[in-house]
Amino acid sequence: MATQHRHTPRPGLVLEVDRSTPPVMFHHGEGFRLEKLPPGRSRVIYPAEPKTGIADPDNAIRQALLNPIDEDPLPSLMRPSMRLTIAFDDLSLPLPPMRRPDIRQRIIEQVLDIAAEAGVDDVHLIAALALHRRMTENELRHALGDRVYDAFAPQGALYNHDAEDSHGMVTLGYTSHDEIVRMNRRAAESDLLVYVNINLVSMDGGWKSTATGLADYQALRHHHNVAALQQSRSFMDRHRSELHHSNWRQGAVIDAHGPRIFQIETTVNNNTFGRSGPLAVLQKREWEWTFKDRVSCMAMSKSLKVTPPAIQRAIFQAWRAPYELTSVQAGAVEAVHERTTENVLAQHLVPVEGQTDVVTMGLPYICPYNVNSTMNPILVMCLGLGYFFNLYRGKPVVRPGGVAIMSHPTRPEFHPVHHPSYIDFFEQLLAETTDPAELEAKYEQQFATDEWYIHLYRNSYAYHGVHPFYMWYWGAHALQHLGRVIIVGGDTAAVRRLGFQPASTLADALEMAADVVGSQPTITHLHNPPILMTDMA
Amino acid sequence: MKKIYRFLLRAPATPEGVEPLPPQKRVGMHFNTSWARRWPARVGRFAGLEGPLRVAVWLFATPNRRGLENLDKVKGPVIFVANHHSHADTPLLLISLPMKIRHKTAVAAASDYFFKNKITGVVSALFIGAIPVDRKRVGRQSAKLSAELLAEGWNLLIYPEGGRSPDGWGQSFRGGAAYLSKRCNTPILPIHLSGTDRVLRKNTFIPRPAITTATFGKPIYPSTEERSAKLALRVEEAVNALADEIRTDWYTARKRAHGRQNPTLTGPAVSEWRRAWIRGDQSRKNKRPKNAWPVI
Repeated sequence: MATQHRHTPRPGLVLEVDRSTPPVMFHHGEGFRLEKLPPGRSRVIYPAEPKTGIADPDNAIRQALLNPIDEDPLPSLMRPSMRLTIAFDDLSLPLPPMRRPDIRQRIIEQVLDIAAEAGVDDVHLIAALALHRRMTENELRHALGDRVYDAFAPQGALYNHDAEDSHGMVTLGYTSHDEIVRMNRRAAESDLLVYVNINLVSMDGGWKSTATGLADYQALRHHHNVAALQQSRSFMDRHRSELHHSNWRQGAVIDAHGPRIFQIETTVNNNTFGRSGPLAVLQKREWEWTFKDRVSCMAMSKSLKVTPPAIQRAIFQAWRAPYELTSVQAGAVEAVHERTTENVLAQHLVPVEGQTDVVTMGLPYICPYNVNSTMNPILVMCLGLGYFFNLYRGKPVVRPGGVAIMSHPTRPEFHPVHHPSYIDFFEQLLAETTDPAELEAKYEQQFATDEWYIHLYRNSYAYHGVHPFYMWYWGAHALQHLGRVIIVGGDTAAVRRLGFQPASTLADALEMAADVVGSQPTITHLHNPPILMTDMA
Repeated sequence: MKKIYRFLLRAPATPEGVEPLPPQKRVGMHFNTSWARRWPARVGRFAGLEGPLRVAVWLFATPNRRGLENLDKVKGPVIFVANHHSHADTPLLLISLPMKIRHKTAVAAASDYFFKNKITGVVSALFIGAIPVDRKRVGRQSAKLSAELLAEGWNLLIYPEGGRSPDGWGQSFRGGAAYLSKRCNTPILPIHLSGTDRVLRKNTFIPRPAITTATFGKPIYPSTEERSAKLALRVEEAVNALADEIRTDWYTARKRAHGRQNPTLTGPAVSEWRRAWIRGDQSRKNKRPKNAWPVI
């Protein structure tokens, strides 16, 4: 019976903390903390165990391409003289990057095989990265495989989207809200655009793929702004997200005036750290840790403490997640996305009742914008208050005016190649104000149109000049909702620069929180990652 | 004591008038290799493969490996089928395989060459896990042994060309691998090796470093209604497509494969000198003249 239980993935869990509850694992950048939560008034929300992956992913992909939803089978859309463009999600998905073969490779090879059978000659592949940094050759090879890279990159038919190439972008029209819709010209003028998604969280996919991934600053600013993000409750819930409403309006214009789109969306399970192996302990529940797990956790924690940060980073960034494909859908954008979202939520949703005064979060070493890079303080804010805080449906787990306590080293370190504009944003702008609306009004245009940042975005591997603003806006809803933000174990000066309060220990942080929410506050800890999304519908 | 030794060491003479038994064949197809698949020999082979052979491959022919993920698509034993240019092919291919597959792979080797005497037979069986096969025909004995190995979970590496390329061009595939695949209902995984002819081509004895590539294709499953000859043709076309992928690119090769237009490995059916001419200069010597004029 016990064996059978182990093989059936268990749903997420809300654990009420009592005196017998063991210390709880907090991610802490490239390290971990074990923290005792106050009994009687704390709860821990655990993610669901990884769903069982599809046994034969290649066959599942083949079936999805041959039997799409509300669309003709892919082979029937191919003809020799057509212009075919395949766009795909960039390196920000999935997190951490997955082990080879990446899902994108599996899908794109099959799409190309169908195109080859039809004799299609004019094929381009575009990394739909919007204003993210360009993918390097190694990153493209990892995502697409050597075969695809070697077949297309030398001819210039595999490349990164360039949102600042004025000739490479085209205006498709305006939405009913007067939002401009712009798109990569090659994609827009193709006979067929195949978009390959990895839907790691419910925010991903749908019209956001094409309306954001292949767009430029002029189009993005209609939904990547403070007002839209403050009105998104949350941006992980498409039906209550202004970010998505705007994307969907732009999608309607693309649908009417853009290319025919064949959307392919995929979901992966929660197998972020592996069912066995060195990091397996990170996705187990603490009271189920074996002797080996405890030794492993202790050894990792102690050895990481004496390891220089650069080496810590190299170790963790080398991790490739053994994600397994749990579903693949292809066809018309909206129909596909509805089904994909159901599958994502089936893995992530954990029903929760009632809000608490405090939410605690252990922030890991990675977010969508520091793959093979450095987690700088702005990204720490974005990960905690943007992504983790917004992983809810209905209401946040913390009450309005409550306190968020995040655990992360928050070192004032920036990758000079990837995040040049972040450095100026941190050093100059945050020293003046941390108010998202004020930053947006006073400085966004300046950074977005800065020639040097544009040059680095186009020719180096830099995020666009406006990107740190978007990261800050990502947390705008949380900043509006919360009464205080405390970072445990962070660099004091960097934390203060972010406008938050530093604390040395969790106990200190809870003491400081008491100033805002009163003594003996109720606490929710999000045991994330692996990813969970609270459901307080 | 002396009598005991004599009894033990000296074979008894055949009595006069009695016809002696025919001498038992112990080489060629009759070479017994079962000992080479037991644990002591496997440990020795592990040491040999992971030690000197790995170093040799690393020194002379470190391979670029493409399509290794196709191995994940196969559950259970598989028949690896590759083109054959050189004695370097087998070590290179074995080293290219993932560890768990590498040490559970037997290599079908020509009985008239690798097992022509006991020494070569022992060395071949011990270090590369060779089993004797008759390269002139699908012999009952070699087919039975191969089928038994597949049934026991061993993978099999077969060079269906029957021998190394004499002139750099490939040779037509024979039907042994396809026959086995059908008989044992085992998938075939096509592999194309390139560059090994520059490392150690036929009739050369000193290896030279060269860039090599091992390209793994998708598994090919036999179907009940398909004849062995047709399956063999399908496998040959798959290897041709992999070779085309190396010469051009994957997408071009796929387009040609769907139209069955991949160039064959055997080359054009023209006279020998024209085949050599088309193939170009394959000499391994450094072409740069020693006393070149300076570039002005």
